[in-house]
Amino acid sequence: MISLSPNLPPERQRAMLQQMLTIRRFEERASDDYGAGKIHGVVHCYIGEEAVAVGVCTALTRTDRIISTHRGHGHCIAKGADLNRMMAELYGRQAGYCKGKGGSMHIADFDIGMLGANGIVAGGIPIVTGAGLAAQMEGKGGVAVSFFGDGASNAGPFHECLNIAATMKLPMIYVCENNLWAAQTSAAQTHAEIDVAGRAAGYGIPGVVVDGNDVFAVYQAANTAVARARAGEGPTLIECKTYRWRAHTERKGQPDPRDKAEVEAWLQRDPIALLERQLRQQGELDDAVLRAMESEIAGAIEAAVAFSEASPVPLPEQATDDVFAA
Amino acid sequence: MRELTYNQAALEAIAEEMRRDPKVFYMSTDALPSLWNEFGADRIKVMPIAESAITGMGIGAAGSGFRPIVDWRQVTFCFVAMDQIVNQAAKIHYMFGGQAKFPMLFRASVGGGGQVAAQHSQSPYSMFMNVAGLKMFLPSTPADMKGLIKTAIRDNNPVISFESGRLMGLKGPVPDGDYTIPLGVADVKRQGSDVTVVALAWLVHEALAAADTLAAEGISVEVIDPRSLVPLDSDTIRASVRKTGRLVVADEAGPTAGFSAEVATLVTEDPETFARLQAPVKRVCALQVPIPYSPVLENAVFPDRSRIIAGIREVLRGSRAVAA
Ligand SMILES: Cc1ncc(C[n+]2csc(CCOP(=O)(O)OP(=O)(O)O)c2C)c(N)n1
Repeated sequence: MISLSPNLPPERQRAMLQQMLTIRRFEERASDDYGAGKIHGVVHCYIGEEAVAVGVCTALTRTDRIISTHRGHGHCIAKGADLNRMMAELYGRQAGYCKGKGGSMHIADFDIGMLGANGIVAGGIPIVTGAGLAAQMEGKGGVAVSFFGDGASNAGPFHECLNIAATMKLPMIYVCENNLWAAQTSAAQTHAEIDVAGRAAGYGIPGVVVDGNDVFAVYQAANTAVARARAGEGPTLIECKTYRWRAHTERKGQPDPRDKAEVEAWLQRDPIALLERQLRQQGELDDAVLRAMESEIAGAIEAAVAFSEASPVPLPEQATDDVFAA
Repeated sequence: MRELTYNQAALEAIAEEMRRDPKVFYMSTDALPSLWNEFGADRIKVMPIAESAITGMGIGAAGSGFRPIVDWRQVTFCFVAMDQIVNQAAKIHYMFGGQAKFPMLFRASVGGGGQVAAQHSQSPYSMFMNVAGLKMFLPSTPADMKGLIKTAIRDNNPVISFESGRLMGLKGPVPDGDYTIPLGVADVKRQGSDVTVVALAWLVHEALAAADTLAAEGISVEVIDPRSLVPLDSDTIRASVRKTGRLVVADEAGPTAGFSAEVATLVTEDPETFARLQAPVKRVCALQVPIPYSPVLENAVFPDRSRIIAGIREVLRGSRAVAA
């Protein structure tokens, strides 16, 4: 069971399902193509956590700014990034978002307020807090959102920025995606207090725990936090309890010390299946609509792959482009 | 002799030192299974992703009589700990008048070639060489790795073990049991008479391959692996260049203010060596750019054996006669 649908029109609710499904299908394809050697380096999948990015971004407008982590595909898609240019970046092609310089771990789209996936744990938190400062100085009611993991919540920048944002009443939403693991280390080993949200009290700001697999609960918490931020009342820390279904990265033969029963239990709480069931119960979804949605997504992903394959690989001399801005 | 991988050699050295000295312990954000299984939670500290705190704690434990090993994993992750490394670890012995010793080993993988883009493909050892008070090495073989790590753990100073990501799976003969390799002693990996190639880590192997290729043409290449960056064995490098009269430096890092610049300078500022130089020094380095993801771009950035060969040909072509 998940929360009752929030005050959103049915088409918005279906759009949330569509985005969550898009993230999942995009990553399933990315994982396959990584296995086939078409995508290089390292790929971190967000599968199982889709409700967090979609729930939060549904509460935002296009001009609000977000920052992401090494596990960034979901945040990009939820903020409205173009699948073609995302896939082309994974393929390392000229038409990719970063012209093939970034890859899976570093997709950004500054036009839609997506300030980049970041390979350094907690590295994005100060940057997006600076975007929050910019929003405050612009005075147009914009907000900024930091997505980060439970692992990142133990790093200095998290604490420094929460204090600063609270003191300056910055329009910030800090979203901790607590998937219980940081690479091969469990949160239980590294957190004295299991709830990250409890740390908000130390900074005098609201800290809420939500079921991160319940997209409506995430949306509602985000909506409240966004309203508070837009009203000039300062930041909120939202902790979303969730789980990554796959190993830390897609690299073959990677150790995954997680207990099988733990993984199994979370697979039973698939955020997409939960939303699907909820929408069906509300009479807003049936098999035909779902089939149409799935086929539209499949078509978009095929098109993204075709777009990527058609885009030329970079030229060697382009390696020296963009070191400095003109 | 039995063979180990580069990575296994490091772990074997650490395990042997931990057995030998109960003051040695290990801090890391993920437990390495082999060490965890043998030494458990008393000696293997699984830490949060808080490299600045972990590094500083290493300093404090070292000053309190322990010999911590702080595993930063990739060198990339130690940049969040730069204050503890540069302002604290490097200076604490000197600044307090040598009152206490701070024996520490820091581990950091370096290098590119894995298509993991700019943040995860870095070779910044020259930045650290620039900081007085830190020792450091970068081995090219499993045997060197084991001997150098053992020396570093027994050293009474902070020592950084830079470990080439490209070589982690490289197998090579490793002597059984206890042996050490001193810091500050280069290894001549191949004797030659026409040109000296000073190379690091993976590029030692590329230079050896280049030397094989050129041997077929009658060109004799000497390959020197400094192994230790601080202290750096200038005597061995200068002696080789005095013999061959020509120098190529190969480094996976960019050239600017780097290891390669240091080697070029220690050769040219020595009057006796300078007098024997028959050609300008050639550097074969990465382009001075952040490392890009796409394989085509990444390959364009890094030097390899073919660029080393081109560099060697260039110094041979550009040679002048020098009085014996
Ligand atoms: C400063 C830093 N230290 C270590 C790493 C290596 N690393 C990459 S992801 C990761 C785990 C991150 O865990 P968490 O923040 O919970 O995010 P999750 O992967 O669970 O989404 C680690 C240790 C890093 N990228 N940056």
